[in-house]
Amino acid sequence: MIELFEAVFRGLGQGSVYALIALGFVIIYKSSHVISFAQPGFMIAGVVLVTYLVELPGIGFWVAVPLATLLTGLFALGIERAVIRPMVGRPIFAIAIITIALDILIRTVAHAYLGINVRHVQDPWGLRTMSLGPLTVQQRHLAAVLAAAALVAVLFLFFRYTRMGLAMRAVAQDQEAALAQGVSVGAVFAMSWAMAGGLAAVAGSFAASGRSVDPLFWLIALTALPVIILGGLDSLPGAVVAGLVIGVAQALTQSYPHWVSFLGTNASVIVPWLVMILVLVVRPYGLFGTREVERV
Amino acid sequence: MTRAESDILRFSDVKLSFSGVKAIDGISFTVGRSELFAIIGPNGAGKTSIFNVLSGVYRPDAGEVSFDGQALLGKRPHQIAHLGIARTFQNVELFANLTVLENVMLGRHHHMRYGPLSAFFWLGRARREEITARARVEEIIDFLELEQWRRFPVGLLPYGVQKRVELGRALAMEPKLLLLDEPVGGMNVEETEDMARYILDIREDLDIPIILVEHDMGLVMDLADRVLVVDFGRPVATGVPSEIQNHPDVIRAYLGEVQST
Repeated sequence: MIELFEAVFRGLGQGSVYALIALGFVIIYKSSHVISFAQPGFMIAGVVLVTYLVELPGIGFWVAVPLATLLTGLFALGIERAVIRPMVGRPIFAIAIITIALDILIRTVAHAYLGINVRHVQDPWGLRTMSLGPLTVQQRHLAAVLAAAALVAVLFLFFRYTRMGLAMRAVAQDQEAALAQGVSVGAVFAMSWAMAGGLAAVAGSFAASGRSVDPLFWLIALTALPVIILGGLDSLPGAVVAGLVIGVAQALTQSYPHWVSFLGTNASVIVPWLVMILVLVVRPYGLFGTREVERV
Repeated sequence: MTRAESDILRFSDVKLSFSGVKAIDGISFTVGRSELFAIIGPNGAGKTSIFNVLSGVYRPDAGEVSFDGQALLGKRPHQIAHLGIARTFQNVELFANLTVLENVMLGRHHHMRYGPLSAFFWLGRARREEITARARVEEIIDFLELEQWRRFPVGLLPYGVQKRVELGRALAMEPKLLLLDEPVGGMNVEETEDMARYILDIREDLDIPIILVEHDMGLVMDLADRVLVVDFGRPVATGVPSEIQNHPDVIRAYLGEVQST
């Protein structure tokens, strides 16, 4: 039983990372209806930045992560301004394809900076464990859960109480009416990309704790795709809940492979994608997403 | 004071067509600084097109529009909102999932200046501006008697109340000119009378010039200082309500030609 709960906790830690990346997807989708596949790119860019920043004298993990978050956010904002904004009004599908190219481009450049050396974010946890009641858990998983919880709270307050947050919610619903109130829709798009970039950088930093950053690291961010399908493309709470669900599902099938032995060995890797296919079949708009009403 | 200085808006010889259909075909008018100017005309006459030109949604093919001494054409909708033109829409365009408070707060958007960083850290400036904005919004909610609906998502409210919320959102912008697109369209007699009272209050208490597009002739003739009649995108007549009511061209536009047998 203890073992089960420990697996669940491990899943929550991993799931927190998925949730943060998925939140970025959803924020962009809500404001502009673009599915941005550039999230893995922003995550790896952020992480690589952290690994370089921590090597500077006087800069530790706690300074490097906020700094890299800010820089990645600004970088994403620049990308939006230079590449995505000129495409406003063009087919959403074309813009989505552009984001795939952006992702490949950003990753390739970031990987060049990884080189052949083993790079670390030099997080304070490593693989150390701690006791949480009767459970023995890894500190890095607790840190990821706490970081995600704090960020989700900040986002909630931002969307609820600030003028920019309110403007973003307004643009998501009705661009013309938002314009008539003096809301700059362009600024909202830029803001949503900056937030998505920043979230990806934070997610990457916590995903990289206790391991090295290598050219396969970006695959973590890819799992955000099944997460947003499960949660619903346009639901922020959905991204959080689905991130945790997918994380736990993965951890459980890792610890109890015999539960899914019919899928062969190492099935936990494909579990998120199986969930995605299942969701697409039975509930294509996700757990919390808006059901598309189309009248023909 | 000369006529030109006393005008808040000058709309000169504007032409707008959509692939051959002339939506606005040479319309000119001016609106004074404390005037209630009404635009009437049959469906499809181009009334809403005029509003869309004013608010920057459509860019006309020819003509000039100046507001408070500044040229409006070529400006984007959110820039025009910043200059001080607020509008309501013919079919209510509220943010259905947001509450009444949040909808009206959006009207304050351009009065707040603080940026994303002070928002995320909730610095003094962000807090101060949000509190000021909220105080203004509460005044408007009082003014339009929306207190009981404050926390309701707008989508759940009756149509007449939604129209009032939309008016409140426009007022929250503290506009220098208010564009009302059919404020009583689809309302019953009682709701229409309420709305007429609010429009009069806006004129008297807030002294905001208004351009009113409306089909309810009783309301237009009671409230308007001057009326412009348009048909097929062309001006038919301009004048005070009593002139307009008896104008032969207006009667023809509304009732059709009298056939002599």
